[in-house]
Amino acid sequence: MMDWGYLFEVCLTGLAGGGLYALAALAFVLVYKATRVVNLAIGELLMAGGYLFFTFAAMWALPLWLAIPAAVLASGMLGGLIERLVIRPLLGEPPISAFMVTVGLGSILVGLVEIIWGADQRRLPDFMPTKPVMVGDAFLAPKVFWGAVIAAVFIAAVLLVFRYWRGGVALRATASDQAAAYVVGINVPRVFSLSWVVSAMLAAVSGIIVGSIGGISSSMGVFGLSVLVVVIVGGLDSVLGALVAGLIVGLVEGLAAAYLGGEFKLLATFVVLVGILMVRPYGLFGTRDIERL
Amino acid sequence: MTTAAVLSGSGDAEPLLVVHELTLAFGGVRALSGVGFAVQPGSITAVIGPNGAGKTSLFNTISGFYRPSAGHIRFKGQDITRIPAPLRARMGLGRSFQNIALFRGMTVLDNIKLGRHAHLKTNVFDALFYLGRARREEAELRRDIEERIIDFLEIDHIRHAPVSALSYGLQKRVEMARALAMQPEILMLDEPVAGMNREETEDMARFILDVRAEWGVTVLMVEHDMGMVMDLSDHVVVLNFGQVIAQGVPAQVQADPEVARAYLGSGNVDELRRKLQAAAPQRQEAA
Amino acid sequence: MRIGTLKESYVADAALFDSRTQRAWLVVAAACLVLLPFVANDYWLYMACLVAINIASSAGLNMLTGYTGLVSLGQAAFMGLGAYTVAILQIRWGTPLLLNLLAGGVVAMLGGVVVGVPSLRVKGLYLAIVTIAATFIAHFLFANLEFTGGTSGLSMSPGRLFGVELDTSFRLYWLIVPLTMLMLLGAANLFRTRIGRAFIAIRDRDISAEVLGIPLLRYKLLSFGLSSFYAGVAGGLWAYFFRVITPESFPLSMSIFFLAAIIVGGMGSTLGSILGAVFMTMVPEVLKLVFDLLPASTNLAVLLSPVRLIIFGALIVGFLIFEPLGLAEMWRRIRRFFHLWPFRN
Repeated sequence: MMDWGYLFEVCLTGLAGGGLYALAALAFVLVYKATRVVNLAIGELLMAGGYLFFTFAAMWALPLWLAIPAAVLASGMLGGLIERLVIRPLLGEPPISAFMVTVGLGSILVGLVEIIWGADQRRLPDFMPTKPVMVGDAFLAPKVFWGAVIAAVFIAAVLLVFRYWRGGVALRATASDQAAAYVVGINVPRVFSLSWVVSAMLAAVSGIIVGSIGGISSSMGVFGLSVLVVVIVGGLDSVLGALVAGLIVGLVEGLAAAYLGGEFKLLATFVVLVGILMVRPYGLFGTRDIERL
Repeated sequence: MTTAAVLSGSGDAEPLLVVHELTLAFGGVRALSGVGFAVQPGSITAVIGPNGAGKTSLFNTISGFYRPSAGHIRFKGQDITRIPAPLRARMGLGRSFQNIALFRGMTVLDNIKLGRHAHLKTNVFDALFYLGRARREEAELRRDIEERIIDFLEIDHIRHAPVSALSYGLQKRVEMARALAMQPEILMLDEPVAGMNREETEDMARFILDVRAEWGVTVLMVEHDMGMVMDLSDHVVVLNFGQVIAQGVPAQVQADPEVARAYLGSGNVDELRRKLQAAAPQRQEAA
Repeated sequence: MRIGTLKESYVADAALFDSRTQRAWLVVAAACLVLLPFVANDYWLYMACLVAINIASSAGLNMLTGYTGLVSLGQAAFMGLGAYTVAILQIRWGTPLLLNLLAGGVVAMLGGVVVGVPSLRVKGLYLAIVTIAATFIAHFLFANLEFTGGTSGLSMSPGRLFGVELDTSFRLYWLIVPLTMLMLLGAANLFRTRIGRAFIAIRDRDISAEVLGIPLLRYKLLSFGLSSFYAGVAGGLWAYFFRVITPESFPLSMSIFFLAAIIVGGMGSTLGSILGAVFMTMVPEVLKLVFDLLPASTNLAVLLSPVRLIIFGALIVGFLIFEPLGLAEMWRRIRRFFHLWPFRN
């Protein structure tokens, strides 16, 4: 006899988790759209955000209204620094180089985190309401719910900014044609920096929320693997894809964890990945690269 | 002239390559619409047309890189429309590219050897141990390339050079060499003399004629250099906006008002002839 | 000063070591390798074996990433497959050593094909992501399946080759080093044939490669299969060397280690595989030495692992930005200098 109530709860939790994936995926897509760089270190940037928040809120005991923006801004600066020092020099090289550089970057970030803060898991200070959330009869853990709400707010903000702010338009222009963007007067290097800064900030928000729910640790980067699956499923350069695929992957993982067991989460993600690759290699909404011979 | 007329009319032999009602669409853009023509064995056929007419798309479709939305392609009497690109290469469809597509990580010699890939038999085990078959095949390949291609194209002085170190003209020649290594029955050259000066163009024209004479290879080329097209070709196909607007022997095409319209805007054939003659004297001087 | 060498036949021109000087150096190197076990102490013998295993694995990864241009982060997973296969065969069935190694390679290769088929059809990027997933999946399998010993792993008795029990570094040396040499030779030979050329073509310009007659999916799978085979054999050697295998033995950081090795050594070069593996294997040792010399608290020991991670990452980033052709290129520059001396260029 199927427990529909339980299923509903599981689905809600999964979708909420999916919201977080969507936010992190958005961070990835932003950088890919603007600079065509595949950032394999997205999970580690997320982790960095969580740890920065930990430093400001727990170690330096800053009030929350200061700690959170500080962490996000610091992450943004980290993103900008990375772009300037590590990504920009590889501009003319084949894309595979930038790709491998992000692997090295991820390694460096994990090492730094372990040295500075130690490898053990830490708890983040609570900042979300703790009242259990009920949707009809279904129970949703408050952190999960509010985390998803925050993620949704940020996603909406990013989408609006993308659409209407000059910087957002510049980003889209640079993404589709660098040379033309230059000609029109867009400061392309500045756009590159901006995309990495904003991406790191979004990843930080994601990291803070994920950390609040499950704690932070130096192996948080594994979250990035699910994010990579999300962007492949959604399409590397599709914002809509990031959102939809985030929800889908979140749902699948939630169901797998609830009905099969926590260890099967990753397996489920992998199956989704392989399934999509076989059927729609460019993702649900990705643009098919038309390569010129 | 329609495809049917060409097929039934000139040429006693069965055409080597036949393109029939070929249509290629990318989303809403129609790169090719109902393109049809035939290439007689041993001939030199040129495909011309203004920029964006679909010439390279045509080549890419024949090579197998694009799949046409309609129409077919027959090569050596066989329908190859659904056959994958590597198999078409093995059947004898050789190709050079508009923007040089040499492999920068290899030397000239290795690039040329790569052309022969589809005809070689070495498998992984032979390769790993490099005894017997691999060694013999490589030696044979090397000898064949040296004697027939490198000497022929006069590139012996650069055979071990990395291709990235070569001048544009030499790179184009290496492209040609690689295409020849494919043991092609039809050699598709995409703008073989683009960007070359008069002397290099002369050399390339001579190579193309020699290739036909000594190797019996049929040539299909996309070209903008009108002098070369009119002098070398037996048959000319004119494309505009993805459609064939004229085809025939060079003299016919020169006198076609449609062609004049495509290139000049007006249907003034005299103006076209004058412009073509202006291009031609460079070649007469050299002769 | 050596400007050029005269070849009198095409076969001679294609030889791997094409001058008398090079052949002489080769003989010297071979002699050194043969003498080493008799003059080295246990520590250096141990290191020599470890370096050789890493060279074998790097050569495999270089084939895939350096020559074919497909980034893989699954080297650890395939080595794990090879190691576990060897251990299980040895423990359960006591099958002969060489057969076990071959089986290890084959199992890893099959794993490679399974991973490669979905991910190689379109972009090379997908292979990288799928191989990361594969590393975690492999870990999951190793830790949760019964016959792999679960989280405590497997421990095996020494292998026997020609009746000799391989229980010391000295004895293992005579298995590992010649095998590694063979694998290196195979890799070098590959690039004298059409198969190797096809790999490079795929890296440089895969769309044109297809039109020129190279079936892309088949060759990408071939490259991945071969590189996984190499990883599997290297993993098998690893098993015979360490004799204790747990799921934690093959983490993602090991894959990153090998990626760093080929980037540092030089992608697309057999010499690069050797230099990179040697360099990367020695770095943690040098690090340990430095840590030992520092007058300090035992706390520093716990820093070893993260510092290693940082160094691996920094090496990848540094070499990609400043010396993308790796140590092999630096070596070539030095050679050129000596060849042309006393002239400058």
